[in-house]
Amino acid sequence: MSKFRKLGNQLYSGERSFDFVGKKRLWYAIAAVAVILAVSLPILRGGFNFGIEFRGGSEFRVSNSQDLPQSLAVETVNEIVPGVQVNVAAVGFSDLRVQTEQLQDLESEEVRLALADAFGVDPAEVASSFVGPNWGADVTRQALIGLGVFLLLVSLLMAFYFRSWKMSAAALLALAHDLVLTAGVYAGVGFEVTPAAVIGFLTILAYSLYDTVVVFDKVRENTLEIELSDTRTFGEMVNLAVNQTLVRSINTSVVAVLPVGSILFIGSLILGAGTLRDIALALFVGTIVGTYSSIFLAAPIYAHLRSGEKELKEASERVLAGRE
Amino acid sequence: MAENTTARSARRRISWITGIAAFFVALITWGTVTAQPGASWTPELALDLQGGTQLILTPSIADGQQASLEQLNQAVSIIRQRIDGSGVGEAQVTIQGNENIVVAIPGSPDANTLQLIKASALLEFRPVINFAQSIPLGEDAEPVDLEALSDEPTTEPVNASDAAWVTERLLAEFDSFDCSTQFRTPGQVDDPSKPLVTCDDFLRFKYILGPVEVRGENISDAFSGTITTQTGASTNTWAVNLEFDAEGTSAFGSVTSRLFGLPSPQNQFAITLDGLVITAPSTNAVITNGQAQITGSFTQESATVLADQLKYGALPIGFEVQSQENISATLGDESLRSGLIAGLIGLIFVMIYMAFQYRGLASVVLGSLVIAALLVYLFIAFLSWRQGYRLSLAGVAGLIVAIGITADSFIVYFERIRDELRDGRSLEIAVEAGWKRAFRTILVSDAVSFTAAVVLYLLTSSSVRGFAFTLGLTTLIDLMIVTLFTHPVVQLLARNKFFASGHRFSGFDLSAAKASYRGRGEFRVGAEVTSGKVRKASKEAQKRQTIAERKARQALEDGDE
Repeated sequence: MSKFRKLGNQLYSGERSFDFVGKKRLWYAIAAVAVILAVSLPILRGGFNFGIEFRGGSEFRVSNSQDLPQSLAVETVNEIVPGVQVNVAAVGFSDLRVQTEQLQDLESEEVRLALADAFGVDPAEVASSFVGPNWGADVTRQALIGLGVFLLLVSLLMAFYFRSWKMSAAALLALAHDLVLTAGVYAGVGFEVTPAAVIGFLTILAYSLYDTVVVFDKVRENTLEIELSDTRTFGEMVNLAVNQTLVRSINTSVVAVLPVGSILFIGSLILGAGTLRDIALALFVGTIVGTYSSIFLAAPIYAHLRSGEKELKEASERVLAGRE
Repeated sequence: MAENTTARSARRRISWITGIAAFFVALITWGTVTAQPGASWTPELALDLQGGTQLILTPSIADGQQASLEQLNQAVSIIRQRIDGSGVGEAQVTIQGNENIVVAIPGSPDANTLQLIKASALLEFRPVINFAQSIPLGEDAEPVDLEALSDEPTTEPVNASDAAWVTERLLAEFDSFDCSTQFRTPGQVDDPSKPLVTCDDFLRFKYILGPVEVRGENISDAFSGTITTQTGASTNTWAVNLEFDAEGTSAFGSVTSRLFGLPSPQNQFAITLDGLVITAPSTNAVITNGQAQITGSFTQESATVLADQLKYGALPIGFEVQSQENISATLGDESLRSGLIAGLIGLIFVMIYMAFQYRGLASVVLGSLVIAALLVYLFIAFLSWRQGYRLSLAGVAGLIVAIGITADSFIVYFERIRDELRDGRSLEIAVEAGWKRAFRTILVSDAVSFTAAVVLYLLTSSSVRGFAFTLGLTTLIDLMIVTLFTHPVVQLLARNKFFASGHRFSGFDLSAAKASYRGRGEFRVGAEVTSGKVRKASKEAQKRQTIAERKARQALEDGDE
């Protein structure tokens, strides 16, 4: 019999138990440090690295650009538009992405032809595009509205299902922690913030709450009759529920992270910068942090929030008195 | 007999899901065999996977007005018509988030096409001088050298309807005009003070039109409705009503007073949109109050279309290009291939892990995931056919993420069964009890996911939408699969000797349960609640009960009294 399954049995019966709820101050402290790091890291690095969709600018893609050096692109652009900042990145197997600030129509056509000439490709293989500076902001504004509405709806849904606003509050706190941490890691790695990354963040939202709800449903089940229990306090019962779903939490996060990890790996290795890689990084971090926070934050916070309730307090005093 | 009903109901549920899959297979087969437009086994791909150019346009209207949804719809059909007319090929034009218009075209457009898309539509009123049915000229028609002919009117035209506008060159142009050829250059702007040779928008008739007399922005309103008789009774005849502003009223008044009484076709005036005649009614009265009614053989639909076109012309919308994104076809290919490879590798890892964790049950997971993937594919192919859905890279990412969420339903379910086994229940009972608890958890957690998908889909735009769509779709399919496939299959397996005996490779390893520590019976509380033996619930329990549980308890208490 596998050790893991044996662990599952022991966790279920309470023979073995990790103290998630009791050591809440430790987890709070870790979360606080992590959040401070996640906030200060981007500041130290000089803020988020916003993609062209947020800054606005012109972009050229040179297809089949072979193995010519990237500096060639910078020189070519600067010959036509002197002094302009040029960012060059490899995309896919053989494409080169050249980004500049937004150029005039005529300039950008000139740059396009010059790039084709410099890289020895047909002008048709150099695509030019531009993004207005409002585009990314529009997407983000809509995403933020969506986020607000979603949080409101889900808080109501959870408060209604669990009949306790305290579960909603605990879940939202854990969620905020997840988002800040993921954003911090994202900025720390230095990936560009693109609309794809925004999608990734929105998914973490869904996943983090999803995971918390699964854990909370077990908590709800276990604490149905808590006042009648002579053996466990409310906090201990919550802790047992978390332990009982621990195997599921681990299994689920592994299963969720495997596909995301393979996108991240393949995305960064083969494709370079792009939608897949950006989504995958946000999700990879978010999934792990989301699972962690359901266990180490959401559940302790919930137990903490309810520990002051009169009936529960009396019940746990009775239990503790009975043990002496 | 109880076992038999369980098995029968399990088999029935499995046949349901098979039926649903078969239905869509049959539907799409029918679609492809009878060559329905758009029906295909492979879903249409969005631009980022297929390559092409995507333009995001924001309407810009003079004096800062906001374009209404009607006007956006009208703008979409006009842009589509312009692109089709320019021969760029299949374009996809959609409204996004109530304010933007997204144009996706294959390849990269030239400057002309861009200009064409950006320009605001021009609605004009010109008197008809002559018209004729357009007949294809055929291959051997001799090209006429128009430049050699005189373009000078023989006499000075006295008004816009004057036949003197028809010069030798114009007449030759009209005679050799073929509506089935590409007779207008994209983005062509006509001189409003000159006559014009053009066709109607169905390309059936060709016209010689006089100079512009009334312009679209002088229309203050246009709407369709049924004609009322003088006594006020409504008839079944549809008409389009037009109202002009002050300038339009006087201009239209002078047109109608001149045209009324002229012989046909010179009593007609043509309304052109982007140079094409959308209607050419004849004048039945002199209209000086600025309120005209166009009658004819309208249906409700055609009257509405015309009214919308006129209304759009009343407020010409130009477009500002917000972003122009170009994706090469090779990059699209690479993205799709890598996305699929990543998904496949992810799936293989998931299977290995599941086999390690759940042994025999992993085959149920594999089966469920395969069926889920099949259903997702069928739905996407179906939606791509019927609703014009395009699978984007963000959508593919949504699908890959969905593997995790879908597999989680199975994990939650299997863990609950194991919990029940640990409480010492037999497999068949554990499966039923575990399912009841797991289903609630799956339902509420999927509700969270689905809410996220719906909210994101409704409130956001562009790539976020493609992602939200696949997330929502897969959440629904997850629920379908777990109720109609995974659970019934496990029910049937529970009756199988290999699984029921708790073989160590079955995943229901009973030795694990027997070995488990079952000390002070601390779980009796929870177990008793679900078995309904505790009659007097504590306050805490009452507070956390769901509606169904409350009802059940109420029924139990009522029975006692």
